[in-house]
Amino acid sequence: MGKMFVRAVAGLALAAVAAYSGAADAQQKRDKIRIGFVTFLSGPAAGPFGVPARLAAEAIVEQLNAGKVPAPYDTKGFGGAPLELVVIDEAGGTTKQVSEFRSLVSRQNVDYVIGYISSGDCLAIAPVAEEMKKVTVLFDCGTPRVFEEASYRYVFRTRPHATMDAVAAVRYLLEMKPAVKTYGGINQNYAWGQDSWNDFDLSMKALKPDATVTTSQMPKFGSGQYGAEISALLQSRSDVIHSSLWGGDLEALMMQAVPRGLFRRSQLILVAGEPYLHRLGANMPDGTIVGARGTHGVFAPESTLNTWLHKAYRTKADHDPNYPAYSVALAFLGLKAAFEKAKLEQLGGKGGKEEMEKAPGVGPGDEQLIAAFEGLSFDSPSGRATMSLGKGHQAVMGTAYGTTKRVGGKVTVTNIKRYPAEAVTPPEGMSSPDWIKGGMKK
Amino acid sequence: MNQFLAIVIDGIIYSSWLFIIAVGLTLIYGVMKILNVAHGSLYALGAYAATAFGGYWLAQGYPPIGSYGMLVLAAVFVGLVAGPLIERGLLRLMYGKDEVVLVLVTYAVFLILEDMTKLAFGVDPLSIPEPYGLLGSFEIGELMYPTYSLVLVLVSVFVAVALALFLGRTRHGKVLQAVIHDREIASAVGINVSRVYLVTFTAGVMLAALGGALTAPTISVQPGIAAEVIVLAFAVVVIGGLGSLGGAALGAVIVGMVRAWAVHKWPEVELFSVYAVMALVLIMRPKGLFAAPEARKI
Repeated sequence: MGKMFVRAVAGLALAAVAAYSGAADAQQKRDKIRIGFVTFLSGPAAGPFGVPARLAAEAIVEQLNAGKVPAPYDTKGFGGAPLELVVIDEAGGTTKQVSEFRSLVSRQNVDYVIGYISSGDCLAIAPVAEEMKKVTVLFDCGTPRVFEEASYRYVFRTRPHATMDAVAAVRYLLEMKPAVKTYGGINQNYAWGQDSWNDFDLSMKALKPDATVTTSQMPKFGSGQYGAEISALLQSRSDVIHSSLWGGDLEALMMQAVPRGLFRRSQLILVAGEPYLHRLGANMPDGTIVGARGTHGVFAPESTLNTWLHKAYRTKADHDPNYPAYSVALAFLGLKAAFEKAKLEQLGGKGGKEEMEKAPGVGPGDEQLIAAFEGLSFDSPSGRATMSLGKGHQAVMGTAYGTTKRVGGKVTVTNIKRYPAEAVTPPEGMSSPDWIKGGMKK
Repeated sequence: MNQFLAIVIDGIIYSSWLFIIAVGLTLIYGVMKILNVAHGSLYALGAYAATAFGGYWLAQGYPPIGSYGMLVLAAVFVGLVAGPLIERGLLRLMYGKDEVVLVLVTYAVFLILEDMTKLAFGVDPLSIPEPYGLLGSFEIGELMYPTYSLVLVLVSVFVAVALALFLGRTRHGKVLQAVIHDREIASAVGINVSRVYLVTFTAGVMLAALGGALTAPTISVQPGIAAEVIVLAFAVVVIGGLGSLGGAALGAVIVGMVRAWAVHKWPEVELFSVYAVMALVLIMRPKGLFAAPEARKI
């Protein structure tokens, strides 16, 4: 009796374990797909990045659920299953974000997580996502260290990393002003500002070795008062000033520097300047070199998807989508493409939209989704992205830079030059600093 | 123009700004012994009110020069509304409790005001750049400075002189000094301490809001500016000695000059320089440079 009881319990336990692991591995049945979406809703990054990202996410989810996104994304939701957003504030630092991530996974039971603007948060979340085996798509952070210093199975990043911002800026500068002799910088004193300056400096040393650094100003993040920095830059008489400032810091710098004539003396490069073209108005001088950290916003190629994103975003906001909105589109469309590729394979590789919508509750397990996501190429409003770095987990795309010119009182971007991914991004297996120092060979 | 002169001018301008943002903090501490963490939020509230008042003025097509009056009016408005509300509605209930409790109470006010500002003004950055460029620029050597910076310097000097004269030369100022020295004895000789507290706190809030209102034309007003300012203001008043007007002025000059020197000569240590000076001062004089000797009470 005792033996039989033990065997019965063991059998039941084994059956339960088998049923659980089978469900987790083969396919997941669900009425809807819950997506945890993490973006800044408070703090300095909320206005320029976080809130536009949330608006874009809400607009995209509404459009996806209604099946209104142009082909190849016209299947409702993800493979017929409607999406539900769980939005979380990214403010509060990495420790808080790790707790929030754990809560999203274990209490909110989200199926996937899309999020993170801060590079610090991305570096902190990636190993936790791996530990919790939760498919996570990093949508906006730029640090190349995520996949250059580690390898992840459950983590993807659907936008290119930030190395290309500095490399393309130097390539563009040297095309426009090959006689540059001196350069300086003003960047925020934290990971993004320091990395951006270091990449720019290294790229200048590689492509224009006779140019020299005059000054590198590193004001505190959120400083707001730049009087002394502007004086130092004016006195440096640099041919070029590089800046990766963003948000209120960038706006404050421009408000204080333009009346002092700093940019009449020096060529300004704003690697993340695109979202501020219209906000700064008269304080955005003609001739400023601006980037959008990819072919986003004004640099996005004309396409049905780009037109769609503009229209969808304008239902939520009274302005055009800026680059964080494009990054959100990349994340949702990339995850959808992978999900549906895996689901079609699940359905025997036959059929398409109709077959998927007929079986909305059927979806791929994480392993199938990951296999479909790795190395995937997919279209987006910013152009085509290919998950070719980080063992198929890191997207690469080309990028573009341009120069501001006021036309009829409106700031426009002219002289746009595009750079293919291989000209601005290191190949697989090579770190960004090593690649830049080695002359950025394709 | 040589670098030394640029450092001095940049230092003076930054010191003036620091003094305006810190003087209200030290005034409240001097009289009420409250380390007002909400000072940063009141600064932010002043900045937001300035964008609203100034923006309205300019949108109506009134003469732009009047926008300066709107900045001051915004600060007065914030002071008269928020000052009595916080002092009568909350702090009055806490007097007599430990200073740490009052710090926590003002920290709670800081958090509440942060969220209320977001509710009222949203998270998008606001700006009112017109007053900054309205007065043009002036040149010293090869460097151009906006005349608005000169206005900041003059306002800070005016505030310092006016406060010093008020405290030293007027009856009300002497009443205030009596409360600073000993609340109980001041009360025993018939001074209405409760009213002194109300007026002082309102004046402190007004000064915080004035700092925000005068800064608004030079920055993008957005969530987060409160926290940045409160840290700097604390550094200034701690160096000078909490509660000392002269200390706040000297602290502002020291921090302003050291920061300007670091930016020009050694930009890598700019972030560190202000706090290094603060640490150095506290090692030598733990209560700050201008702290008055405390009488031992039995």
